[in-house]
Amino acid sequence: MLNRRIFLQLSGAGVIAALHRSGAVFAQTQGEKRFVFIFLRGGLDGLHALAPYADAEYRRLRPTLALAGDQVVGLDGYFGLNAALSGLMPLYQAGELALIPAAATRYRERSHFDGQNMLENGSGRPFGARDGWLNRAILGLNGGDRRLGLALGPSVPLLMQGVAGIRTFAVSPLPEVDDDFLFRMGQLYQNDPLFAQAFSAAQAAVQPATALTMMERPLAQRDFAISAQVAAELLAAPEGPRIAAMEMQGWDTHHMQQGRLNALLAELAQGIVDLRHGLGAAWGDTVVMVASEFGRTAAENGSRGTDHGTGGLVMLAGGAVAGGQILGEWPGLSARALYEARDVAPLNTCESLFKAILTQHLGLAEGFVEDSVFSDSRGTAPIEGAIRS
Amino acid sequence: MREIASFIALNRFGLGAAPGDEAHVAGDPRGWLQAQITPDPRYPLVYARRRSSADILHAIFSARQEGAEARAAAIRRAFRREYNPAMVARLRLMIASDTPFVDRMTLFWSNHFTLSTTRRVSAPAIPAYEREAIRPHIFGRFSDMLRAVISHPCMLIYLDNVASAGPNSPVGRRQIRRRGTAQTLNENLAREVLELHTLGVTGGYTQADIIALAKALSGWGHGGMDADEGETEGHGGFAFLPRYHEPGAKTVLGRRYEEAGVAEGMAILDDLARHPATAQHIATKLVRHFVADDPPAAAVAQIATVFRDSDGDLGAVSRALINLDAAWVDPLAKVKSPIDYVLSVHRASERIRATRADLFVPLQALGQLPFSAPSPQGWGDTAADWIAPESLMRRIEWARGFAATLPATRHPEPFLEAVIGPVASAETRTWVRRAPSHDAALALIFASPEFQRR
Repeated sequence: MLNRRIFLQLSGAGVIAALHRSGAVFAQTQGEKRFVFIFLRGGLDGLHALAPYADAEYRRLRPTLALAGDQVVGLDGYFGLNAALSGLMPLYQAGELALIPAAATRYRERSHFDGQNMLENGSGRPFGARDGWLNRAILGLNGGDRRLGLALGPSVPLLMQGVAGIRTFAVSPLPEVDDDFLFRMGQLYQNDPLFAQAFSAAQAAVQPATALTMMERPLAQRDFAISAQVAAELLAAPEGPRIAAMEMQGWDTHHMQQGRLNALLAELAQGIVDLRHGLGAAWGDTVVMVASEFGRTAAENGSRGTDHGTGGLVMLAGGAVAGGQILGEWPGLSARALYEARDVAPLNTCESLFKAILTQHLGLAEGFVEDSVFSDSRGTAPIEGAIRS
Repeated sequence: MREIASFIALNRFGLGAAPGDEAHVAGDPRGWLQAQITPDPRYPLVYARRRSSADILHAIFSARQEGAEARAAAIRRAFRREYNPAMVARLRLMIASDTPFVDRMTLFWSNHFTLSTTRRVSAPAIPAYEREAIRPHIFGRFSDMLRAVISHPCMLIYLDNVASAGPNSPVGRRQIRRRGTAQTLNENLAREVLELHTLGVTGGYTQADIIALAKALSGWGHGGMDADEGETEGHGGFAFLPRYHEPGAKTVLGRRYEEAGVAEGMAILDDLARHPATAQHIATKLVRHFVADDPPAAAVAQIATVFRDSDGDLGAVSRALINLDAAWVDPLAKVKSPIDYVLSVHRASERIRATRADLFVPLQALGQLPFSAPSPQGWGDTAADWIAPESLMRRIEWARGFAATLPATRHPEPFLEAVIGPVASAETRTWVRRAPSHDAALALIFASPEFQRR
């Protein structure tokens, strides 16, 4: 039998009991704006998710992988959404989904680990900071006191690590132990700060209700689906968190990518639909951002897959998104337009989207974002027209 | 156990203390470790008699010609007959091992050159890969291990080199003609060799070096490739396929390598193994593993020097690690990874006949099922990777359940002395003494910070 817990991740002494306090304490202070970041680790092949199916260059670059007209849902006669993502079409039609092709962070090499680290630490270079930009942003919202952050998954991603206390959620397959034993463990951990801190955070666990209904889904889909439903339930609560980080693995598709990628895309779309459903009225105050550490090569490789590239796809979903459109600039796929003669040129920067979300949606001051969240980003202006005003 | 040095030898460099271990260690802990460094530390015969990776893979490759269903059935069969028994045997040998430093080094290098069972075709042969390419070299030359690993079919499949063809090779030209694709190379293996296996991400290579190395390695594959076209003899071992190989000289890190077939890739690997950045990268990882999460620069420099001066002699490097003064200072500096932790609980309990479920369930729950690291980078190696609220809770839950299965024949207090005696805090002693039951006391010991650290 699985048990499920929400943990409060401690940042300092005396901040354990947030969830146990009365909702009234938080009613005026949590804020209504929600932000969910979905990290696709491994490098999403943007051209397979949002396909320029009408472009002859696309067919030339991808003789076996190019999606045909009947494998996409046409959007504007040039781009089409992979049919595996068709679950998102109602959002697009409702103006709640914006797609940004040719998007990338400022990272220009092709290492997963450096690329992910740089996206998460927000300093503009790999390993340039030891905490995550989303955690630093939370500090600007409330001084880090109310655990507005929620990390879903077996470990806390760097994106959410830092001074601000957050909550974490994961599914555990082991039986729970009795309170008396846990009390003794707590005594025993007193003098070891690492264990003491992790343990007191674990002690503040609470149970979300909706996860129980997920057990009938196939195993492979469960973790992300559970995460999406739990995230929605908690984010919707008056005293709940407001900013969540989720992730999916498996996007590093060097080899025979079509089948795997279609399954992943369908799972991703379902997760976003679950978020919308679970958030209910709060969906109107929500921005969901989906991004990867980098895109993939414009051309397919010799094994019906794609290799590490640069420009990729970012998706924004939510009632607070100015959706129903394809945003940003599109360089095209001609030989001259490709970055380093191989990748989609990165014309749209993720940081300008991050900054737009932090300032226009969450209401952080631009100065704070440039000083404390994305240092070294003054040259990158927040993108206009992505957030509903 | 009385001496802190014994605790360090058994935990930092071993897999925890089994009752009675101290008798072998006490008085000369460094000597006990040094004596485990032998030129060719093979597995015991009972394990070595398992089938080779070439046999296992040949069976899978052959089934492939009969269709996808036959192949899937062959993979399932190989998991059942080879992977599962071999993996359980390997973990049991580690639980009962009298040379745990050898096992720790095997685990370290298997993680450095990680493979994942997510690549199903080659997954059943992974225990054989470790036996053939890793373990024989852990005290040998790094360059020999590198050659053995990079030419192993499991690695060539895992990092997609089997799908790579030089653009001017016959196969590459045919692909360009038939599919109109310009990209026939797959850079994955070349990139990870440079970034993860040798120089490290700051090692000073460029995208051009990656492409040149990918070209040099094109054609490195296995005997199941093209067997249906009669191009190869059909076997599951390494094969060099000239029809995939990019012809001509290649330049890697400023050095030109003339066209020499398979020898050219081997020559590049040898030079990478000898590169100062590789010495620095490997030394950093080793010191992080055996000394502290933030590896002290002086210790790293010391190990890097030994690595360079001995031309990558891992026996000499291992001896130098044992002799690092920094390794004998803080006995609780590191946190055990889940594999270390689960094995050391079993060792302490003398539970040598653990079943697959006994081992795989906690390893999966604690986040370290063997050969399932999320990326070619392998598992992380710091406390932050393993101790978070959720993961600590799972360790406690598993320890509590495990202790409840132990026979009530061990008195908790002498047991505490035997496994964590020299480092046990007053709190741990007090709470173990006050425990409401025998098994609760053992669970407190297993879940204590002292037992979870090394």
